[in-house]
Amino acid sequence: MSADPAEALPDPEREARAQAIGRELRCLVCQGQSIEDSNALFAVDMRRAVRERITAGDTDRQVMDWVTARYGDMVRLRPPVSAGTAALWASPVIFLAAGLGAALMLRRRRTAVTPLTEAEKARIAALRDE
Amino acid sequence: MNRRLMFGIPLAVAAAGGAGFYAMLTRMGSGEFNPRGVPSALLGKPAPATSLPALLGHPGWTDAELRAGGTPLVVNFFASWCVPCAVEHPQFMALSRQGVRLLGVAYKDKPADAARFLARLGNPFAAVVQDWDGRAALEWGLFGVPETYVLDREARIRWRWAGAVTEQVMADELVPLLRQLA
Repeated sequence: MSADPAEALPDPEREARAQAIGRELRCLVCQGQSIEDSNALFAVDMRRAVRERITAGDTDRQVMDWVTARYGDMVRLRPPVSAGTAALWASPVIFLAAGLGAALMLRRRRTAVTPLTEAEKARIAALRDE
Repeated sequence: MNRRLMFGIPLAVAAAGGAGFYAMLTRMGSGEFNPRGVPSALLGKPAPATSLPALLGHPGWTDAELRAGGTPLVVNFFASWCVPCAVEHPQFMALSRQGVRLLGVAYKDKPADAARFLARLGNPFAAVVQDWDGRAALEWGLFGVPETYVLDREARIRWRWAGAVTEQVMADELVPLLRQLA
């Protein structure tokens, strides 16, 4: 939801695009919020810039590139998959695999019962016969 | 599972976490680590095209002067309404006395207020322009004031500091960098 109706684009389709892009952009001075959710000077300026790019005819991709060229990947709320962020994106799978592995190992240890040796069997038999 | 491992692994994880947090906190205290810091995407790149009007009563600077090169430059975004800007101001006065060329940008400020700020605290800038609506600031990747940039002799951005340039930041980073670039 854009904070100020006065800054919205007249074309609802373009305004919807601007808001979708804005929700992907981090407000760098109020981290954890998107620029659509904040009224910090930075967020207000960035909302305006996004709308100016769209009015100028940029595609969503071009708008995103314009912003990241100036503010880096940090400004994106969803970091792109790259060599630097591969471990971050893979972390849920890695942790799940590690957990499953640990669980399987524990199960196997518990069920793997060493069979009795002949001497032990003989002792049990002897005790039973007493 | 081995009893020693069952006890040792969580203990090792907790110890590593503790050591990590301790290192983070000490480096935050000394200013080496800033959790809110965002690395500039423009490091190593040429300064963005910047054509802004001169600040009231001051000589302005042009885009051509910005990228003329030949000498390192300090570009500072400030505002009269910004408290850390007043805090860092004495450092820039000192730099200017040492002959460093500083260019100012009054960010989202009433021209008269920005001019009064410089009249009261002194003017360290060779030239000052004003960015009334913050459009130029977006080109620089700025997200608040104060922010300070250092350009090398090829007018490439070599350093960006978001927040006040304290005496310590000046001594630890800014002065050594300027000496290296000179």
